[in-house]
Amino acid sequence: MTSISRADVAHLGRLARLELTESELDHYSEQLDVILQSVARISEVAADDIPPMSHPIPMVNVFRDDVVKPSLTRQEALAAAPATEDDRFRVPRILDEE
Amino acid sequence: MTTTSHGDVYIPFDEAMSRYEPIIGIETHVELGTNSKMWCGCSTDFGSDANTQVCPVCLGLPGSMPVVNRVAVESTIRIGLALNCNIAEWCRFARKNYFYPDMPKDYQISQYDEPLCYDGYLDVTVDTPDGPQVFRVEIERVHMEEDTGKLTHTGGATGRIHGAEYSLVDYNRAGIPLIEIVTKTVIGTGSLAPEVAKAYVKELRDVMRALGVSDVRMEEGSMRCDVNLSLNKPGDGWGTRSETKNVNSLRSVERAVRSEIERQASVLDNGGRVIQETRHFHEDTGRSTSGRSKEKAEDYRYFPEPDLVPVAPSRDWVEELRAGLPEMPSVKRARLKEEWNINDFELASLANSGALDLVEATIAFGVDSVAARKWWTGELLRVANEQGVELEALSVTPHDIQQVESLITSGALNDKLARQVFEGLLAGEGTVEEIIATRGLAVVSDDGALLAAIDEALAAAPDVAEKIQSGKIQAAGAVVGAVMKATKGQADAAKVRALLLERLGVSE
Repeated sequence: MTSISRADVAHLGRLARLELTESELDHYSEQLDVILQSVARISEVAADDIPPMSHPIPMVNVFRDDVVKPSLTRQEALAAAPATEDDRFRVPRILDEE
Repeated sequence: MTTTSHGDVYIPFDEAMSRYEPIIGIETHVELGTNSKMWCGCSTDFGSDANTQVCPVCLGLPGSMPVVNRVAVESTIRIGLALNCNIAEWCRFARKNYFYPDMPKDYQISQYDEPLCYDGYLDVTVDTPDGPQVFRVEIERVHMEEDTGKLTHTGGATGRIHGAEYSLVDYNRAGIPLIEIVTKTVIGTGSLAPEVAKAYVKELRDVMRALGVSDVRMEEGSMRCDVNLSLNKPGDGWGTRSETKNVNSLRSVERAVRSEIERQASVLDNGGRVIQETRHFHEDTGRSTSGRSKEKAEDYRYFPEPDLVPVAPSRDWVEELRAGLPEMPSVKRARLKEEWNINDFELASLANSGALDLVEATIAFGVDSVAARKWWTGELLRVANEQGVELEALSVTPHDIQQVESLITSGALNDKLARQVFEGLLAGEGTVEEIIATRGLAVVSDDGALLAAIDEALAAAPDVAEKIQSGKIQAAGAVVGAVMKATKGQADAAKVRALLLERLGVSE
């Protein structure tokens, strides 16, 4: 049984703004299915006495003090941007939002 | 009935309320006033140059790891306590995944099903023709998250997103601690819904101010509201709700609710169906336009944030924070009402005009409570309203009022001159002393100078002197007016009048 449908992958693709071809949809559906089924094997050994866990270390309340530290320079901040303009990151226009 | 260019139709509010009952819900985002961001040490200062307050963490660069700001957690707990919430013994952060460039990580760290604070309430008072009425607005949750970057859309003819060629992003705001306060559905407000919504946001703002956790400046976006609203016929089940975003002033909260009631009523009247959607409110028109349909919650694919460990505030910490809470605004209002011996109406007008704290501070400087109220709710409020700003944004301080008042008491200024001092202060002409010196403001108390002015006025109108002497004392007003004019208002009118009558040998 597959755990992720082709339609699920197409939906995720849309949410991620990825344009997936038909053959890519087949390819990723297959790959993701293998991954999900592998991970699902964990639940086979997780009995009722094992609570779900989101963090590997039982640790809480890791805080930092509210102190300002130096930021990057603007040059550093923008260095890896594919495009910049007016000291800002330049990104493609987004449709169907706002 | 009115129709906008977007095709939305509105019917008059009273007509809408005669057939439908509104249900509202308000989500409020408050930027905390911490020094540094939520997960990193970048500054939160407003108005800095673009992309100068960013680092690998808030830019979402690979390998960077967030660490929670202790003060942000503390502030959230204090907000929760002030809103009578329970504080979670253990809760986690969650990733809210979405692909939009206002977040460089492609997700926002928020809280999902485990908010830090939950199940509280805030009582708000609304003025009605029958006197003040209290509504309890129940709070569903208060949770922690981070603010997003600021996008500027360019290229299109109007600069709006449709037709924009590309967008420019400034990430200075990304990662600033943001608190979301969500109400439960508020029912039973009837036609007071717009006022209740506004009163709630205002009360919430006052609570935030009292706590000192945020500067809550709606015009700068440090407090923002989304209004959920649905209508139903009495006795029917709840209708479909819309969510109006971009409601960024107290006045807009009221207008947005009113406008949406008028719009949905028109849709329902015509047998239509209200669409569950996000709408955008426009300050200029007071109306909203349709935005994207709301994404389903599961589209955000929330999951526990793996980079942050859970928050588990000890009960000792919570109780310590509770003990340190300041006097709440509602309690303070009740106290001041008693101390100043004022009625509900006077209290409401002071509170609504934002004068309460200013008057209290002025009294703390030793000014009589009547005088303190007079200046803030009279002259200064008039100017603030004219300029469309809050009272506290004016360049007049409680200390200025104390200085002016003590000069009035000593006879060096009268009310008219005091108004000129305030005019100078508002125009940024300097301190009270400087303005008095530069403008030459001082009560003319020298009898000789006043008598000279009186003689001059009498000489200019000889018939008036005769009238007064023949018993028509009310004619003195014209001479007093002329003297006041000649002295540029710098005389004591009562004194001028007394000197004038004495001069003419008339007694009252």
